[in-house]
Amino acid sequence: MTTLRNIRPTTAGIALAAAALLGLWPLLPAWAAHTAAVSLGGGLVALGLMILIRFGLVSFGQGLFFAIGGYAAALANQFLGITDMLVLSVAGIAAAGTIAWALGYIVRGHRGIFFAMLNLAFSMILFGILAKTVALGSTDGFSVGVPTLLGVAPGPEAGRLTFVLFGFIVISSALVAWMVDRILASPVGYAGQGVRENELRLRYLGVSARGAVHLAYIMAAKLAALGGVFTVLLIGHVTPEDTAYWTKSGEFVFVAILGGAGNVAAPFIAQTVFELVRTFALQYVPEAWQMLLGITLLLVILFLPGGLWSLVDRLRGRNA
Amino acid sequence: MPEALLETRGLGKTFGAVVAAEDVSVSVAAGEIVGVIGANGAGKTTFCNMVTGYLTPDRGRILFRGTDITGCTVGEATAAGIHRSFQIPQLFPGLTVYENLLLSVGVFGHRRPPWWKPLVRPEIQQEARRVMEQYHIADSAETRVDRLPQGVRKLLDIAMAMVGGPAMILLDEPTSGISTEEKFDVMGNVIDALRSSGATVLFVEHDMDVVGRYADRVIAFREGRVLADGTPREVLENPAVIEHVVGRRPPRPTDA
Repeated sequence: MTTLRNIRPTTAGIALAAAALLGLWPLLPAWAAHTAAVSLGGGLVALGLMILIRFGLVSFGQGLFFAIGGYAAALANQFLGITDMLVLSVAGIAAAGTIAWALGYIVRGHRGIFFAMLNLAFSMILFGILAKTVALGSTDGFSVGVPTLLGVAPGPEAGRLTFVLFGFIVISSALVAWMVDRILASPVGYAGQGVRENELRLRYLGVSARGAVHLAYIMAAKLAALGGVFTVLLIGHVTPEDTAYWTKSGEFVFVAILGGAGNVAAPFIAQTVFELVRTFALQYVPEAWQMLLGITLLLVILFLPGGLWSLVDRLRGRNA
Repeated sequence: MPEALLETRGLGKTFGAVVAAEDVSVSVAAGEIVGVIGANGAGKTTFCNMVTGYLTPDRGRILFRGTDITGCTVGEATAAGIHRSFQIPQLFPGLTVYENLLLSVGVFGHRRPPWWKPLVRPEIQQEARRVMEQYHIADSAETRVDRLPQGVRKLLDIAMAMVGGPAMILLDEPTSGISTEEKFDVMGNVIDALRSSGATVLFVEHDMDVVGRYADRVIAFREGRVLADGTPREVLENPAVIEHVVGRRPPRPTDA
């Protein structure tokens, strides 16, 4: 599925995609711009899962860090009065990074189903806490104000998704994707291949497999948190069910597998496909939208076992 | 006698009711090539596992270059300069021979791998290619290792263990699974390569002809203890070793 070959630097591709999205802004209808921005947010979470998948790991509880990011931003906004999206993003990343660092000491010794389920357990604990905390609106959650950027505040009639927020999400996602691309091509990324392929040999190469897993776990958590911040800023509201609930974590795994682990663009493409299928399915077959998503995933697994990205590889004729 | 590179003093390890090592005291000088023999379950692999930090001995000390390394981790033993190969080759099965070496050379020795610099750099590629040439596996560079013949897998396993230039290497049955005709070829190449790297070698081996040809010294194990330790001639002709390890050769017709 993933070999060392398909780690390729895609700096130009990432820059082009970001520029294209920014340039399309005046042409995009509101729903499309919203879908694109939401897909970038969710795609970041799936990108974190992709790092873990390259380590041979999967987390069924990435909603934990998605929620931590979302709630950290929402709390900083509501209780500290911070509106700057940059500061809110940093707050989300810092909160998730700290918690992932601590939890990492528990999860880094586990692999396979235990790793996946431990994370699910953590996320359900957080869900329980959030849903029972009256000060945070329990299951109803609470609202988040319209964010600003470096003192630039949108006018009252601008709506929630301004060009500033859109541009911020696009550019930050591009920067983060670029960093992850570099990381996958670095010894950390290769250590991930080592953990997946043969941990014993990796240890005898003097690499701490646990240390590498810990690092990947923290990276994935920070990505999920940033996705959580973006999503909350876009929606303007945060609830336990839309962030920490296990079905949300399941969605992220769904998207990560749909996209495949071949390229950093894959999770974003997959998240967009996911959002579009869900939107249209909800509109035209409201009774069976989950079935449609299920069929989509089934077709991908059967015909594109490397995920949607393998389609790109195939078109380029380098399907090894 | 030169100062010992590796020295163990009274090593002991017990698994439940099985004593896998008892009072193992050996000393290996720098540059020596030591053969380790013994029947299955005699404690050879347990010895390798303890010296490389995979197992912590219950009793005794391990000294490497005069430093006590007892109880260190695999990573620490590797960093100290003790590497090993495996009876069953431990490779990265989904990758090619070249990629296996690229990965090994690129990540070697990073307790926490750096994330900012690319792994595939000219010097890493060059080193990976050099290692392939040295161990005569360059012809299989682009073959996925799960499709390789056993002989090449064993060579790659040893080549990967030699990444980082260890002071000492432990080879766990380097010729197991290799046909009798190929054994001497493979072992000859390996010993040449190891000699030119200046590594001290300790190899576990069942084929007494291989031991006799390549070892400067032989240590025989039996039931976790050192049964004999000396030159190949002394050890291989020791009656206790013949009785418990080597086995008697079939009597020649004239003896009847």
